[in-house]
Amino acid sequence: MSTPAGTSAGTRTTIRVEGVSKQFHLRHDRSLKQLAISAFRGKDLGNTFSALDGVDLTVAEGEAVALLGLNGSGKSTLLKLISGVMSPDTGRVLVRGRIAGLIEVGAGFHPDLTGRENVYLNGAILGMDEATIGRRFDQIVAFSEIERFIDTEVKFYSSGMFLRLAFAVAVHTDPEIFLIDEILAVGDAPFQQKCLGRIRELRAEGRTLVIVSHDLNMVEGLCDRGVVLERGRVVADEDITSAVDRLR
Amino acid sequence: MTAARPAGGDAGAADGFVVPGRGRGLLDVFERRYLLKLLVRKELRVRYQGSFLGLLWSYVKPAVQFAVFYFALGVFLQQRDVVQNYAVYLFSGIVVINFFSETFGNATRAVVANAPLVKKIYLPRELFPVSSAWVAGVHFVPQLVVLLAGTLVAGWRPTPVQLLAGVLGFVTVALLAVGLGLFFGSINVLFRDFENIVDLMLLVVTWTSPVLYTWNLVQAQLPEWLWFVYQLNPVTSAVELFHHAFWFGSTDGDPALVPPDLLWFALSAFGLAVLVLVAGQLTFRRLEGRFAQEL
Repeated sequence: MSTPAGTSAGTRTTIRVEGVSKQFHLRHDRSLKQLAISAFRGKDLGNTFSALDGVDLTVAEGEAVALLGLNGSGKSTLLKLISGVMSPDTGRVLVRGRIAGLIEVGAGFHPDLTGRENVYLNGAILGMDEATIGRRFDQIVAFSEIERFIDTEVKFYSSGMFLRLAFAVAVHTDPEIFLIDEILAVGDAPFQQKCLGRIRELRAEGRTLVIVSHDLNMVEGLCDRGVVLERGRVVADEDITSAVDRLR
Repeated sequence: MTAARPAGGDAGAADGFVVPGRGRGLLDVFERRYLLKLLVRKELRVRYQGSFLGLLWSYVKPAVQFAVFYFALGVFLQQRDVVQNYAVYLFSGIVVINFFSETFGNATRAVVANAPLVKKIYLPRELFPVSSAWVAGVHFVPQLVVLLAGTLVAGWRPTPVQLLAGVLGFVTVALLAVGLGLFFGSINVLFRDFENIVDLMLLVVTWTSPVLYTWNLVQAQLPEWLWFVYQLNPVTSAVELFHHAFWFGSTDGDPALVPPDLLWFALSAFGLAVLVLVAGQLTFRRLEGRFAQEL
């Protein structure tokens, strides 16, 4: 890449969010009948709600950014736009490198499959190929600490075991950009420490992290930059300590 | 506001930036075929989980269906006296319709059925309708085996051209069903009415093609232009191609058994199926951006 003058090689951009807005329709039970009626009367269907309103954000390679804000401020929506799950109404999102959106751990898990099968399925969903999953399989299982139950169907797992395995798969994928939404509240305290340790490792490897969390102490220890959102707008983009102080 | 923004300005996609969530559609499905394989395997595992007969159920259903039609139409309405090897004739049409119906019906529901995934992780969403087609393909194989056994007993001696006709028929139906599945499946995310519309279409499809009766009965009853429309139906062509492949070789070979211009209608059916697939893919891509928020 041709680096713009004045920026060092370490600040290569990986995520660019440019003037992004996103609106949601509040009414979801739309049917053809309702559509026909509204077309006939020329009326809009229900209200719209602006989740994001003209958001700009640039994230450099290797940065760890926390998205902060109250419930409904648009943090998770922004994360979904970056991951590509949703697309913006206006503006654009650009990313460079492979993304793993850990919007919710275990989203691709199926209760009727065994732990082993789910590791492979979820790994493939998160973008790993067969050989990579095979190579990391033992590591993943060891991380989750549920070796004994790996060939049991996941529906018999306790919720803690389920989350452990799901998290283990997620943090052993190999993307350049990790998007993490409130998933660190996993398992008991020792396991949480282990997860945080793994996230720090990922950071140290130079991966970009974008984290949404309400756990201010945790993000303060993990990130170096905080972006505060309020009703869909960026109200502050500063170092993590000042950003966290705004919310305290 | 954005402190870390580089001063360079609008370099855009040229720098290796991509727009997330904008894939290459069906091409991405091919690239992620390992995931496709796992999704198909999951679907098959889950469907027969805890059932004693397991995959054998995929024999039972068409067997019962066949028996009902055979007795009602073949015996009571005496089609077996009119059509040579009526059992083979009937079954070679039924397997096409079953494959078409299963693919089309499940592909239409595929995106909605996988809502938890679609909402949380970006994947090429075409994976779901395509995996429906593979699952239907897996169910098609045992039916084909039964069909081959039956027609061999009835004295089937196929020519290579006839076998090619079978392949063309299968490919046509597969492309058509996936195309329709992409089209209706993506609209179904916005308006759930379409599941029911598709069910209606599937109810009709067995009867709008010469599966239970022969084409000459239709030709005798319909005006010229409507007969032409009837033949334009790609499913009709596929059924006739299957008759040509698996039934015609077991009859006395009277050329009058083959519908007129089968080759031309088969080629037009293939062309139509490709067009439907393209239209389905374009519609799917157009609506895909709204899936996550509408589910």
